[in-house]
Amino acid sequence: MGNVLSIVFQRLALGLLTLLVVSIVIFVAVNMLPGDFAELILGQGATPESVAKIRTDLGLDQSLVSRYFGWLGGMLTGDLGTSFAQLNFQTNLGGGGGVTVGEQIAPRFANTMFLASVTAMIAVPIAVTLGILAALYRNTVFDRAANILTLSSISSPEFFMAYVLILFLAVLNPILPSLSNIYEGMDFSDRLQKTLLPALTLTLVVTAHMMRMTRAAIINLLASPYIEMARLKGMSPMRVIVKHALPNALAPIINVIALNLAYLVTGVVVVEVVFVYPGIGQLFVDSVKIRDIPVVQACCLIFAAAYILLNLTADILSILSNPRLRHPK
Amino acid sequence: MSTILTILVALVVMGGIAWVLRFAGQQVTNGAPFFRDMSFGVSFGYVLGVVVLAWLAWGFMQSRSSDPAIANKFFFLGVAIKGFVIFSIAAWLFRLLGRTVGTDWTRKMFRQMPLTASFGILAIIVYAIFAIFAGAIAPYGQDEIIQGVAANIIPGGDPAMGGDPAFPLGTDQIGRDILSRLIYGAQNTVGIAFITTMLAFFLGGSLGFLAAVVGGWTDQILSRGVDVLMAIPSLIFALLLMTIASVWSSRLGIPLTVFMVLIIALIDSTRVFRLARAVGQNIVVMDYIEAAKLRGEGMGYLVFKEILPNATAPLLAEFGLRFCFVFLTIASLSFLGVGIQPPLADWGTMVRDLAAFINFAQFAPLAATAPLLAASAIALLTVAVNFVVDWMLHKTSGLKE
Repeated sequence: MGNVLSIVFQRLALGLLTLLVVSIVIFVAVNMLPGDFAELILGQGATPESVAKIRTDLGLDQSLVSRYFGWLGGMLTGDLGTSFAQLNFQTNLGGGGGVTVGEQIAPRFANTMFLASVTAMIAVPIAVTLGILAALYRNTVFDRAANILTLSSISSPEFFMAYVLILFLAVLNPILPSLSNIYEGMDFSDRLQKTLLPALTLTLVVTAHMMRMTRAAIINLLASPYIEMARLKGMSPMRVIVKHALPNALAPIINVIALNLAYLVTGVVVVEVVFVYPGIGQLFVDSVKIRDIPVVQACCLIFAAAYILLNLTADILSILSNPRLRHPK
Repeated sequence: MSTILTILVALVVMGGIAWVLRFAGQQVTNGAPFFRDMSFGVSFGYVLGVVVLAWLAWGFMQSRSSDPAIANKFFFLGVAIKGFVIFSIAAWLFRLLGRTVGTDWTRKMFRQMPLTASFGILAIIVYAIFAIFAGAIAPYGQDEIIQGVAANIIPGGDPAMGGDPAFPLGTDQIGRDILSRLIYGAQNTVGIAFITTMLAFFLGGSLGFLAAVVGGWTDQILSRGVDVLMAIPSLIFALLLMTIASVWSSRLGIPLTVFMVLIIALIDSTRVFRLARAVGQNIVVMDYIEAAKLRGEGMGYLVFKEILPNATAPLLAEFGLRFCFVFLTIASLSFLGVGIQPPLADWGTMVRDLAAFINFAQFAPLAATAPLLAASAIALLTVAVNFVVDWMLHKTSGLKE
């Protein structure tokens, strides 16, 4: 058992190290901007005095290294800085303070998590069931139709899927709302209904991936001697797969699920924009358009952290579920 | 809620029919092997298939109904079914053509080809023709605002609906011909994606082979660098870098599209690097590489004359997949408004600009065709490439299951 713990800690440390390096990459990339933030914030109305004032306010007169540690320290303590757009707005109004990036991101982050979990709740059971069925009825009409359909839905862009679903489920047959205007204090069923269409779009994309990989993982095992044995005993094909193949295919399947949840992190951006869903992805795209650097930086780090964390989970779960990896020679 | 209930009840009823069907089959044929060994799932599948086909046929008939309210509702289902049938027939004819015309080698290739792959090849050829000869095919320029024509999104050029036969797909909000923009979109979107993929392959491939041949510290540094870049989700990283590039491009006067090509090529080259390094490492340990090294051949000879020819098959399949990813990334960036910039015509931008018309589909289904056409132009190409790659991988891996 100690062995397993040490491997898990190793992976965790590696994940943290990756996150640290990623934060450096993001910071350096942002600092490759021409000129500096102060000029960017003030735009046309930049006078030397106001530029100097903002530079000292934001700490831009310090060295790159000390600024990086300042930013990183802020990130760790939950202080994500002040958004440029908000800063500008507040300066024009003459007030101080302004909404911090943290206050902007927190509710949207919760919304995105809600969307992702609804999607996972629908997609994972469907994908695993369909994957098992496709492996059971491999090389039949069902399998081929599923192959063509999943390949098509993997290769279509998310916004195409989104608009097709809007067309059929919101416009032609008004079952679900096509705009997801979520606000605080909404009751749960209302919120679920408004989230359903974006969640279905993401489900279509993610399910196809997971189903294909589940099918491949099970079919890989079907050539093993113990499956042959079970078949010769006269077990039904369904029981062979559920009792003998599935437990051994669990490790790759869990891995696939975690990887696809990581993929959700990226897929969420486009879908949120289509449905005007107030999540972190939409905030990110809006900030990219108005070049609101602190928000972009913070969102990017959050996305990267979620991505790394899910990949790490996939890694650790596949170690835990595989005895051969648990006891390395 | 009632929709879910209807579906559940329908499933239970179909399950009952399937059970009865199997039981009746066993009784009538006196336990013929076909019915005796049939599992419940298979018989359920038959029933489900029949129900789906019947529903599609019913929907198709509804789309031809004389009542406009019903016909509008099923218009897109009708179009989808017609499109599916037409594409299948075209793919079948194309495969037939390939089987009779051409050299022995191509004839053999077409004989073993599934219909999906022949559809993919046909679609890729058509797209390539449109992309290369866009200037000659398109009736108007891509940024040509036609004066004196009322903007009209309804395709068909029917004068009764305010259309003009000169613009078969209508004109967009500021009076540009939609058909011409779709055709030029092939040139811009596909062309830029192709250039980006080539660049990513050149960069990732050469560095990957270098890492495989040299090994040691070079390999370590390159691999760890790639690991870090791959830890950031690609679309997110692309958006971050595009923000910075947009400031630079206005400062330097270089079009943003150039930056986009470089950024996406850099991000995607990390994936190519991984594959090239893995394939290269398997080849480097071969005896003929040892022999070439002993002959005193240089690095360039080793990479281009010894490793590259032996790594063509996996790299070619990867090229197809990578092209799809690059193409989708560019389309997504354009859709989000930070990709290919106007006045260049581009499918992602067209979808974003015209998307609002989808909401009128209930009353005038034709109004929704323009955004859906642009979006399906993207989807069709990536589906086609994926079909071909799927077939190639299946063929080279010798998977017969």
